[in-house]
Amino acid sequence: MKIVIVGIGKVGLALVKELSAEKHEIVVIDQDPAAIRNVVNIYDVIGLVGNGASYHVQTDAGVSDADLLVAMTDMDELNILCCLLAKKLGVNHTIARIRNPEYEKQLRFMRNELGLSMAVNPEKATAREIARILRFPSAVKIESFSKGRIEMVEYRLGEKNPLDGVRLSELYKSVRVKVLVCAVARSEKIIIPSGDFVLRADDRIYVTASSAELEQFFRNLGIFKRKASSVMIVGASQICHYLAQELSDMKLELKIIDQDEKRCVKMGEQFPKAIVIVGDGTDNELLMEEGINNTDAFVALSGMDEANILMAMNVANLHSCKVIAKINRRSLVNLVSKNHMIDSIVSTRAVTTDLIVQYIRAMQNTSDSQVKTLHRIVDESVEALEFTVTKAFPYRNIPLKDLPLKNGLLIAGIVRQNGAIIIPSGQDMLYENDDVIVVTTDTSLRDLNDILKKGGFFS
Amino acid sequence: MNYRMIGFSLGRILFTEGILMGISLLVSLFYQDGAASYFIPAILLCLLIGGILGLRPPKNTAIYAKEGLITVALAWVFISAFGAIPFYLGGLGSLADCFFETVSGFTTTGASILVDVEIVPNGLLFWRSFTHWVGGMGVLVFVMAILPMSEGNGMHLMRAEVPGPAVEKLVSKMSDTAKILYGIYFVMTIVEILLLVAGKMPVFDAVIHSLGAAGTGGFSSKALSVGAYDNPYYDVVIGVFMLLFGINFNLYYFILIGRIRDFFRSEELRTYLGVVAVSVIFITINIFSLYGSVFQSLRHAFFQVSSIITTTGFATTDFNLWPPLSKAILVMLMFIGACAGSTGGGIKVARVVILAKAAFADMRKMLHPNAISTVRFEKKLQDEKTIRSVHLFLSVYLLVFCSSVLLLSFEGFDLVTTFTAVASCINNIGPGLEIVGPMGNFSEFSAFGKILLSFDMLVGRLEIFPMLLLFSPSVWKRRRKKIPKN
Repeated sequence: MKIVIVGIGKVGLALVKELSAEKHEIVVIDQDPAAIRNVVNIYDVIGLVGNGASYHVQTDAGVSDADLLVAMTDMDELNILCCLLAKKLGVNHTIARIRNPEYEKQLRFMRNELGLSMAVNPEKATAREIARILRFPSAVKIESFSKGRIEMVEYRLGEKNPLDGVRLSELYKSVRVKVLVCAVARSEKIIIPSGDFVLRADDRIYVTASSAELEQFFRNLGIFKRKASSVMIVGASQICHYLAQELSDMKLELKIIDQDEKRCVKMGEQFPKAIVIVGDGTDNELLMEEGINNTDAFVALSGMDEANILMAMNVANLHSCKVIAKINRRSLVNLVSKNHMIDSIVSTRAVTTDLIVQYIRAMQNTSDSQVKTLHRIVDESVEALEFTVTKAFPYRNIPLKDLPLKNGLLIAGIVRQNGAIIIPSGQDMLYENDDVIVVTTDTSLRDLNDILKKGGFFS
Repeated sequence: MNYRMIGFSLGRILFTEGILMGISLLVSLFYQDGAASYFIPAILLCLLIGGILGLRPPKNTAIYAKEGLITVALAWVFISAFGAIPFYLGGLGSLADCFFETVSGFTTTGASILVDVEIVPNGLLFWRSFTHWVGGMGVLVFVMAILPMSEGNGMHLMRAEVPGPAVEKLVSKMSDTAKILYGIYFVMTIVEILLLVAGKMPVFDAVIHSLGAAGTGGFSSKALSVGAYDNPYYDVVIGVFMLLFGINFNLYYFILIGRIRDFFRSEELRTYLGVVAVSVIFITINIFSLYGSVFQSLRHAFFQVSSIITTTGFATTDFNLWPPLSKAILVMLMFIGACAGSTGGGIKVARVVILAKAAFADMRKMLHPNAISTVRFEKKLQDEKTIRSVHLFLSVYLLVFCSSVLLLSFEGFDLVTTFTAVASCINNIGPGLEIVGPMGNFSEFSAFGKILLSFDMLVGRLEIFPMLLLFSPSVWKRRRKKIPKN
C-alpha cells in the first residue's frame, strides 16, 4: 500500500517505523531537511522537503496514486488542509492529527464535507487510555475486545503471590475462574505459554477473560482493588483537561496540582468540582497535606518525561496508591518498566501510533477476515488482534487443537455471534461470524489465515 | 562496527559474482574457446565463500554510515580480486596485471594492460566487458535488486555507490528503485545491441561494445577499438548511446512516468549537452586540416568528445596525434565527466555547475559584502552544507590526484603520460595521452604503478571517501574490552 506521511515528529517517526516494517511504500514530507535526512537514513522510505499542503509537493510525492495520507504536523489547520488537498487529488483515505477541541466539535462536518476519514487527537486518546486503567486499577493495563465483552489485562505477579509456582494447566484449581494466560514477560524474554508453563514471581502476565470473570479472578487472588474513586493528577496539561472530563463523567473525586497559577485558574473554571492546587508535585509535604494517603490513584502528566518518572517513583515509594505516569520516549519507557516501580505507563506516541496502525490494518482487509481491533502488549512486542471468522477461513468447525497454528501464537478468546464468550480450550471450534482474539509475537498478521503455518509449495 | 553484517553482505555479493561469472562461462562454452577451465575454479570459489558468508543474515542487521561505507569499499576490492582469477588462470599477465584489468573493468575505466587483445578467448573478453556493465550501475545496487539484504538501511550502501553529490531514490523502496534502474539500463543496452547488429556488426562484437558503452567502460575486442570497423554508422550509434548512458538515470524515470518536460528542464542535462556541443565545434574546426572534410572531422570529433566526457574511452582515431588545443579540450572533459547518477565517472557536471555558481556567488559577495548571495541548482536552493561537501570533494580529489601523480612519476615516464594516466584512471576513462594514449596501453607500468592506478580507479568510481576511509585507523579501532567489575 502506498502511504504518504506529512510531518515527521515523534509520532510520525514511530509511524514510519511500524509501517516500513510492514513493507508499505512510504513517502514522508516535512519542512525540516534535517528530519527528512534522518528518517531517510534509517528507514527504507522516500523523503521530500517541503510544505505538505502545497499542491506541487503533493504531486511530487505522488499523492494521486497513494492509498492513504496521514497528516501529523503540529498545526491542525495545516493537517486539515493537507487532507483536503489530498482528497481532491484522489486519495481515498486521509487521517489528520487534530488537537484543537474547537475543530473537534465540527468533526462530523469535516468527515462528511471535507472527506476526512479519521481525526486523531493524541491527548484525548491518551486521556481515554488513562481513564480505562483507572476503571480497573488492579491491572497494570487493560485492553478490551469485541466492544468490551472480552478484556485483556496486564498484571505483575508480586512477591508471595498465590500464583507463584502454579502450572498453567492447574490454574483453574487455584483461582476457580476460567481465564487464559496468553502471554508472559519474564525479565527480557516474552513467552506465549503452553499448559506446562509454570508461573514465577516477578512475571508479567496477560490474562483474557470476560469482565465479570476477570473481577472474580482478582477477587479470588485477594488482590482486587475497587474502581478508583479519588484521583490526584499532577500537571494541568491538555491531557489533564480531557482526563478531567472523562473522570468527572465517572463521578470521581479529582485533585489537580500544577505549578503554573494561570493554568490552574483555567482548570478551576472549567471543572468547578475539582480541587485545583498551585504547587510542586514532587513536594512530599504538599502531597501529604492534600491527602495522598487516602487517594486511590496518582497520575503524573507533566510535560517532561523525567519529571513524571521521578514524581511517580516518589509516590510509589511512599504510598500504596495506583501510580500512572505519562512517558513518551521509548528508551525511558523500557528503563522504567524494568524495575516495576511505576504501575502503569502511558505514552501519547504509542497510543496515537496504535490508533493509526489499527486503521491501516483494517483498511487493507476490506473483503477478507479483517482486523477489528489491535492492541500492542508487552512493551509493544506482542500483538493481540481481533478478527471475524469468514468463509475465507478454511479451518472452521474443527477443534482448535487440530489447527496448524504458527509457533508463538495463541487463540485467546472467542465471542460467538450470540454474544457468548468462550475462553478456548483445545476442544472448542471456530464457526463463521465468530470474533476471535489472537495473541502473537509475529507482528505482521493481516488476515485470519495468517495464523496458520504455511505448509508446502501449493498451500 | 557490525563485522558480521559486513561479512554477510560481502558473502551475498561474492555469490552474485559467481553467478555472473556463470554467464561468461556459458559464453565461453558457446564459442568453444577453451576458457571454461579458467572460469570453473573461480566460480566454485565465489559460490563457496559467498555461500558460507551469506548463508543467513546475522541477528543484528543494523548497519550505519560507517558499515555502509566500509562494505562498499571492501566489496569493490573483493569482487575485483575474485573477478581477476579467470584472467590469471588464462595467463593474461601477472597478479597485479589481472587485478588492474578487473578493477579497470568494474570501475568502468577501460584501461588495459593487454598488448594484443585479439588473441584473448571470447569468454574472457565477455567477462571483461560484462564487469563494465555490472560495475556501471553499481554492484551493490545490482545485489539489492535481486537479493534482500538489510532492512531499510540500504541507503548507506546506495549513497556510497551511486555517483553524484546527492542520491535520490525513485520510489520509496530501495529494492524497487534498484530494479527500475537496472530495468532502464538493461533495455537501453539491448536496444544498442540490436541497432549495432542491424548495422551488420558481428553479434559478439555488438555485445562487447554495447556492454562497454552502457557501463561507460570502454573495453573493446579490437586493438584499434571502434576505429577498427571504420564505419560511420557504428560511430554514430555508439557515440549517441555513450552520451545517453552519461545522463542521470533519474531523468529516464521521469520519461517513463510521463514527466517528459522535467527531462528537458534538467539544468545538468542542458549544461552537459552544451559542453558537448561547444567541444565538438571547437575540435572539428581544430582538426579540420587533419581529415580534410567537414564530415570526417565532425564524425571523429563527436565520437571522441562523447567517449571522453562520458568517461567511456572508446576511440575511432588516435587522438594522441591531434593538435594541442583539441587534446587540451579532451583533458578538460576528462575532469568534468558525465552527469550525476549516470554510469559515467569524473567530477560530474552537477558538481562543476555548483562549484562555478558558488564561485560567482562568492565573488558577488566580495563586491557587496552585505549582500545575500545564494546558489541555485535545478531551480532548488543549495544549502551551505551541500556546497561545502562539493568543495570538500574537489579538494580531497585534487589531493589524491596530486599525490598519485607524484608517486607515479617515480616510474620515470614523461609528465604527459604520468599526468594523463592518473587523470584517466581516477576519472574512470581508460586512455590518456602519449604512452597510455588510445592506441597504447598500461602494460609498461611496474606492479607498484598498477596497484596505485587500481586504487585511483576505485577512488574515482566510489567518489573518494569509501576508499580513503578504508585506510583510516579510526574506522578499524576496536573498543577496549570492558573492564570486569572488581
